[in-house]
Amino acid sequence: MMNRATLDLWVGLFVAIGLGSLLFLALKVGNLSFASGGETYQLQAKFDNIGGLKVRGAVKSAGVVVGRVSQIHLDPEAFVAVVTMHVDNRYKFPRDTFATINTSGLLGEQYIGFDVGGDAEMLKDGDTVKKTQSAVVLEKLISQFMFDKAAGDGGNAKK
Amino acid sequence: MADSQKSKAAASLQKQRDSLASPRGTGSQGPKLEPGKSPLAHILTKLGHGVTDRLWRLGFAAHFFVAVLLNSGTALRRFQLTIREIYFSGTLSIIIILVSGLFVGMVLGLQGYDTLERYGSSEALGVLVALSLVRELGPVVAGLLFASRAGAAITAEIGLMKATEQISAMEMMAVNPIARVVAPRFWAGVISMPLLAALFSAMGIFGGYLVGVRLIGVDAGSFWSQMQATVDFREDILNGVIKSFVFGILISWIAVFEGYDADPTAEGVSRATTRTVVTSSLSILAADFILTAFMFRGS
Amino acid sequence: MAAAISRSSETLVKISNLSFAYDDRPILTGINMEIPRGKVVAIMGSSGCGKTTTLRLVGGQLKPTSGKVEVSGQTVHLLNSDDLYELRRRMGMLFQFGALFTDMSVYDNVAFQIREHTDLPEELINDLVLMKLHAVGLRGAHGLMPAELSGGMARRVALARAVALDPMLIMYDEPFAGLDPISLSIIGDLIRKLNDALGASSIIVTHDVQESLKIVDYVYFVSAGKVVAEGTPAEIKASGTPYVHQFVWGEADGPVPFHYPAVQSYAEELMGARHG
Repeated sequence: MMNRATLDLWVGLFVAIGLGSLLFLALKVGNLSFASGGETYQLQAKFDNIGGLKVRGAVKSAGVVVGRVSQIHLDPEAFVAVVTMHVDNRYKFPRDTFATINTSGLLGEQYIGFDVGGDAEMLKDGDTVKKTQSAVVLEKLISQFMFDKAAGDGGNAKK
Repeated sequence: MADSQKSKAAASLQKQRDSLASPRGTGSQGPKLEPGKSPLAHILTKLGHGVTDRLWRLGFAAHFFVAVLLNSGTALRRFQLTIREIYFSGTLSIIIILVSGLFVGMVLGLQGYDTLERYGSSEALGVLVALSLVRELGPVVAGLLFASRAGAAITAEIGLMKATEQISAMEMMAVNPIARVVAPRFWAGVISMPLLAALFSAMGIFGGYLVGVRLIGVDAGSFWSQMQATVDFREDILNGVIKSFVFGILISWIAVFEGYDADPTAEGVSRATTRTVVTSSLSILAADFILTAFMFRGS
Repeated sequence: MAAAISRSSETLVKISNLSFAYDDRPILTGINMEIPRGKVVAIMGSSGCGKTTTLRLVGGQLKPTSGKVEVSGQTVHLLNSDDLYELRRRMGMLFQFGALFTDMSVYDNVAFQIREHTDLPEELINDLVLMKLHAVGLRGAHGLMPAELSGGMARRVALARAVALDPMLIMYDEPFAGLDPISLSIIGDLIRKLNDALGASSIIVTHDVQESLKIVDYVYFVSAGKVVAEGTPAEIKASGTPYVHQFVWGEADGPVPFHYPAVQSYAEELMGARHG
């Protein structure tokens, strides 16, 4: 039968390795750095079509994650989508920033991209981003392409 | 012999045999076929008997669970008892978890690469390996291994203590055996399980890295960076930890209950150990489905 | 007769009209026993007649179907769990084959009750444990594990453990089962000596006639759930009751039949086999 000291040592070692793996998973494998948060401020943006954007989707500027989508709901009067975002306090954006909905990769997840303008004044907590561009819906793109193609052929045929 | 004489003789014979029989009786063997009842009625009776037996046992197990929780004071105050059990359940399982984790990770690396390569997405190997392990394979496989190794050992230990009257002796010495013997083993299992699952996942990712990057030649940079970008702490890792915690509770509960409820004979203990492994494994898989449905609904 | 023994000293354990049934099988019916202070009493009978059940009823591990068991004036099955545990601390029990805790050393086994129920410092516990072990002759074995002990030694350690807190009632479940002749007489000797030294009462459940009749003060004979005979060892040896006579003198046939009841007589069965 082991004496207490040895027992405690082995158990301590076990718990240390276990917690160490957990830490490894959290930091090296996951993206704990942003999820731990920090102070954020709130912005809103209105879109005609948010496509596949989801809550907790990323808000990126120049490809760097600067915030998260916290809420999406429909404005019942104007029938546009209202997206609420939490942006990291470290980053301030000018008032004429463009908010667009992009797709990461060709068929990947959708996120909000901020394209900055040159306004001297910055957006404050609770402000709405005025300039927005909706998501590109694949079906509309295809039907537009086919329409253009048909129109082009028709034009050629007339000639 | 005439019929009435025969039945009288049979009755007195049974009476003589009863007086010599062991007091344990035949209660545990279920209903006997009574003359005059059709076989169908008999099957239905047996079925009903089986269902009510199992329900009764489940109720007893739930009651036992509450009793263990209520008597956990000693296990937590005299933590040395629990530490000893963590050594036997957790520390001694490290080797099997590490080796299995490594192999599972390596297989994921091989199979994952083979499939992803077809779509030109072999750089997503890190994502595949990490998500599979952290979300599912880590908690589930570690749980199955833990049930077979530590769960069975706990059941056997408690069952044997019951069979050799050590539990009875403890009761007669005015020491509550649930507080002294059962609760520490329960909490040791609950504490060890998440740690072992994390160990399994970490080892598995390392195994996937070994095969994918070192052996096959996937780019190390993409392997890790895509993994870090896609694996979310709250969504994936935390959910995996919650799963392993739930599995730990299930396995420990089943293991201590089966041990405590075992028949105090050699076959009783062996049957109880088998039941622990089978019931734990099935419960883990069922709970995994339920938890996954709740946690990973289309995100 | 029961009055004769209890007149001399007060009663520690009183069993009145006790009945116990397991599911529907009656084990004990209308048992009456008295165990006075300072005396060693044996309960004898063949296997499965309810002797061990009686011990469990006295210890409160089972509840009687009817009747009552009183220990030191308290009715055992009516106690709440705190009071029951309080009572059990003043009782010691030696289980068949010892029931030592296999994951602890001999020393820790004996020290178990002392550590659990008192706040005594380790040095004092050390003195107590070694004293108990010395009384059973195993002080030198205090570092061994139960797996390393012989049957007789394990039984003695269990005895030391049972008397660790100087109980007022010691119960023995088949203490002589499976022992060699030397260990048999040692255990018998110890049971008597410890009982007298502690001023306690002892109940021995056994079917070893010769050893127990040497050391006990009174005997109760149980058969088919009833007390069929009782008396001092001398009275029992001279008893004319057929069951007692068969038991004490180890006769093969008597009230307990040699042949397990069969449907046909032997002659009929042989004849049938020849024709069939």
